[in-house]
Amino acid sequence: MKKLSTLLAATAIVTLMAGSAWSKTLVYCSEASPEGFDPGLYTGGQTFDASSRTVYNRLVEFKHGSTELEPGLAESWEVAADGTEYTFKLRPGVKFQTTEFFTPTRELNADDVIFSFERQYKADNPWNKYVAGASWEYFSGMGFPDLIESITKVDDLTVKFKLKRAEAPFLANLGMDFASVLSKEYADKLAADGKMELMNQQPLGTGPFTFVAYQTDAAIRYKANPDYWAGKEKIDDLVFAITTDAAIRAQKLKAGECHIMPYPNAADVAELKKDDNLTVLEQEGLNVSYLAYNTLVPPFDKAEVRKALNMAVNKQAIVDAVFQGAAKVAKNPIPPTMWSYNDAIEDDKYDPEAAKKMLEDAGVKDLKMKIWAMPVARPYMLNARRAAELMQADLAAVGVTVEIVSYEWAEYLKLSSAKDRDGAAILGWTGDNGDPDNFLDTLLGCDAVGGNNRAQWCNKEFDDLMTKAKATADVAERTKYYEEAQVIFKKEAPWNTLDHSLVFVPLSKKVSGFVMDPLGIHRFNGVDIAE
Amino acid sequence: MAVVEIKTITPPNGLAEFWFYFSRNKGAVIGLAVFVIILVLAAFAAFVAPHSPSIQNREVLLLPPAWVEGGRLTYFLGTDAVGRDILSRLIYGARFSLFIGVVVVSISVVSGVLVGLIAGYFRGRTDTIIMRVMDIILAFPSLLLALVLVAVLGPGLVNAMIAISLVNLPHFVRLTRAAVMTERTKDYVIASKVAGAGTLRLMFLTILPNCLAPLIVQATLAFSAAILDAAALGFLGMGAQPPTPEWGTMLAEAREFIQRAWWVVTFPGLAILITVLAINLMGDGLRDALDPKLKRS
Amino acid sequence: MLRFIFGRLAVLVPTFIGVSIIAFSFIRLLPGDPVMLMSGERVMSPERHTQLMADLGLDRPIYIQYFDYLVNLLQGDFGSSIVTKRAVLTDFLQLFPATVELSLCAIILAVALGVPAGVLAAVKRGTWLDQTLMGTALVGYSMPIFWWGLLLVIFFSGYLGWTPVSGRISLMYFFPQVTGFMLVDSLISGQAGAFKSAVTYLILPTIVLATIPLAVIARQTRSAMLEVLGEDYVRTARSKGLSPFRVIGIHALRNALIPVVTTIGLQVGVLLAGAILTETIFSWPGIGKWMVDSVFKRDYQVVQGGLMLIAAVIMVVNLIVDVLYGFINPRIRY
Repeated sequence: MKKLSTLLAATAIVTLMAGSAWSKTLVYCSEASPEGFDPGLYTGGQTFDASSRTVYNRLVEFKHGSTELEPGLAESWEVAADGTEYTFKLRPGVKFQTTEFFTPTRELNADDVIFSFERQYKADNPWNKYVAGASWEYFSGMGFPDLIESITKVDDLTVKFKLKRAEAPFLANLGMDFASVLSKEYADKLAADGKMELMNQQPLGTGPFTFVAYQTDAAIRYKANPDYWAGKEKIDDLVFAITTDAAIRAQKLKAGECHIMPYPNAADVAELKKDDNLTVLEQEGLNVSYLAYNTLVPPFDKAEVRKALNMAVNKQAIVDAVFQGAAKVAKNPIPPTMWSYNDAIEDDKYDPEAAKKMLEDAGVKDLKMKIWAMPVARPYMLNARRAAELMQADLAAVGVTVEIVSYEWAEYLKLSSAKDRDGAAILGWTGDNGDPDNFLDTLLGCDAVGGNNRAQWCNKEFDDLMTKAKATADVAERTKYYEEAQVIFKKEAPWNTLDHSLVFVPLSKKVSGFVMDPLGIHRFNGVDIAE
Repeated sequence: MAVVEIKTITPPNGLAEFWFYFSRNKGAVIGLAVFVIILVLAAFAAFVAPHSPSIQNREVLLLPPAWVEGGRLTYFLGTDAVGRDILSRLIYGARFSLFIGVVVVSISVVSGVLVGLIAGYFRGRTDTIIMRVMDIILAFPSLLLALVLVAVLGPGLVNAMIAISLVNLPHFVRLTRAAVMTERTKDYVIASKVAGAGTLRLMFLTILPNCLAPLIVQATLAFSAAILDAAALGFLGMGAQPPTPEWGTMLAEAREFIQRAWWVVTFPGLAILITVLAINLMGDGLRDALDPKLKRS
Repeated sequence: MLRFIFGRLAVLVPTFIGVSIIAFSFIRLLPGDPVMLMSGERVMSPERHTQLMADLGLDRPIYIQYFDYLVNLLQGDFGSSIVTKRAVLTDFLQLFPATVELSLCAIILAVALGVPAGVLAAVKRGTWLDQTLMGTALVGYSMPIFWWGLLLVIFFSGYLGWTPVSGRISLMYFFPQVTGFMLVDSLISGQAGAFKSAVTYLILPTIVLATIPLAVIARQTRSAMLEVLGEDYVRTARSKGLSPFRVIGIHALRNALIPVVTTIGLQVGVLLAGAILTETIFSWPGIGKWMVDSVFKRDYQVVQGGLMLIAAVIMVVNLIVDVLYGFINPRIRY
């Protein structure tokens, strides 16, 4: 039965498309299959591009190309003086999409918002476990279950979030993908039909594009939502051509089989830039890669030893060999595109001689250490193994013997958190919401020791600044705290900050209106394509 | 039931006769020559290779081969993404491939023959259980089974060899068992049994030598297959781990340069092909020399 | 005959149980736990970790997990993916036609070229033609196909621009999946150019996947043919003055093909193993790529369910080949 209905839907679409004669189809060569279409359930960027950024909207949205917030489904909002109450006024007249599988009868209201959040933390909500193993990873990852006191409907178009404590990054969190607003009416219908799992297969929201079909591991098809509250898109059809191999994505782009591709191989960027039909956009990613010493284990408990090791490593060489230049050497734990980045800080200079002397002065002789290299490529570190090999060679020059170790990715994540970890670990972080707290406190705060704080570094001074910065919503004041924190970080050197990768998006010159997002999302609203 | 039919095999009358038949196959002789060259290169890699396989010359990243514009004679086949000499890495890589082949064949031959002898000699329930287990192993595509096994054991050269040996096992078990079953009813076996030979003596000294020929041929095939499988696992990222200069692993690392630097993709694959081809040529020659049925035709 | 088939089926049951035990226990032995992987760099609290393990049923004693698994299997429930949360069987059925289509095309190509090549080599035994054909076959047999695929992509897609790089059909075309076979569906759709597009996407993967079976079949055909050509009845037919074409085509080939058919049947496992590499190279959305991706994602349930399903397919195909062998070979009596 299910098969038959999708079949009928698909046939209907074909007729529809034949009518529109392929006018204005934008093809995006996406990097992986979406895990599903309910953004609350997943963490993969490809899933968000394919669901939350096309089909759905949130109360607040990030402005295209920045980490600043702008009104989304909420027209305006008020924050109570103590920072624990947020009241959102919803945009009136927002229609849900009409699709082959569902026709909405009412417009967006407060019930939809409440449903979208409550399903993620209320265990008695029927949607809390609607697919096997639903775990609402981001919702809990951002600490929402311990933060939200209640969400209440004031009237049809007003929703109030009551928090247990003041949390400055809360608003930015609401711009994240897991906070997408779903249709309660659609959900109720699916529940009534006993087909709840379709929520994750046939998404329906208020966003710029309407979901048409997903051909497993091959393509996802959308059409412009004619009822979109911000106006219908200029393109008619949007296709995600799933192409997991970066070299093949590049070839498809060159052959004109797609118009935009994310994540080219660093090695291919130069050649893509040479192509007359293509433009290559670039931006620093919202990420950092680092080598975290274990500051609990001697001799790495001494700041001067860590500093000396930092000075022995030629970071530029790593950037060149691993990224072919597609990254910048990092000096701070937060990326330069983020507010409060302290550009006044000077990086430890690459100076093997001085490093050798500093080690001697610290009484460290014949040091043997392990460097942990991740087994997988991440955006901030494409090849940890290669980076580790380069560090090994550099450190050998100052008399430090390095053994490179690696584990399965899951093992690696687990073992690298251990307080008694033997060796320095390469790892990194990609920002979630553009807030510095999301880097500094998450990765270096005392609470994170034994967890995300891979340096196991707990500095009272630093930690106090984090607490102060969290308690106020005043950005200028927060900036001051974070800048100071970066100074302490550099002095103490719990990490060797390696790089911030550059993110490239090669696209056809026919495409206009595509903007890179520092958050690493790919959005196609506002994009047009020349015939 | 289709049972592999094994003809009686008269052991070759010494090395001379073997060489006579083997050398009649020109391909086999060429294969042997190439194999010996690879063997020598691998053994004396430290003297033959122009560079160290692991030293990175950051001046010459992705240098093309010598005969291409921009190439240098000192880096005859060019360099890879971190400036290592590809020729030297290939020469050292031969060690890994040959080593993999030897280890895999040794493990699967020894254990396969042992298990096969037991199954074929004792028959009955032992036989049924053993053959059922082999059926189970054969029910999976070998590479998939090896892939999952390596995932379980952890990626790496040693685990890859264990996994490949295991998926190779059933072939040797079946072959040995079939051979033993034809032999054990033969007069000479019954004769020595009557003469009071013990079970072990019967199994290893009486029956086994008469089943050797097909095993040798199968072992050659397994040798080349092991090299291919290990390279495939390396290619999928589950074999030897970088920076080990194993050929399949080199290919996997080179994949991202497929558009920009064809040489880092081409040469490791060519090395695999040449080695495997040489061994298979030898295998054909061995079969001709050892299998009297084919000698006739 | 029927007794033979039932006998074989009875043997399949314990084998299948064995397969399920292996698939199940492998996956429990995998290092790293799936819950850690779900959160990535973002470390979760131990309480939450325990909770999620419990949600996935991974905290129960292993034999209970196995028993549940077996019960579910009997109901056709192969579990659902930890990553996508979709049912394993659903994904398998979605992706399997792509693999079947590719494998069928490959085996057809292999037979279409391999059998004539083998016959020709046998008839022209010892000539340069025989040596060239058999030399080529041996190169094909020795080919690391993952490298071969890359070379073809570099040359035909990159350099010449003749064939598309990856996928099953141009995105221009979109029509409902009726059979799951792109060649058939594109014809049914009636869209102009769709079939041609599907063919161009299929060419390179087919060549790559066909390489080894083609070589095996050519070699096998040659030696089977040589054997038959030496038999008395062929000599008799020849001496009776029958045309060489009739002798080779009718008398010899028919008998020579019997072992060849078995070889083709045995290639199914080889094909599926080859599909793993071929699909990975060409991003062909079939079960081979699906399995590799799942192994790398540590998707316990998919690897386990996929192993079971693939093993089941191979066992059934082997059974069919055995039965067919009985039909075409009159010498075998059960």
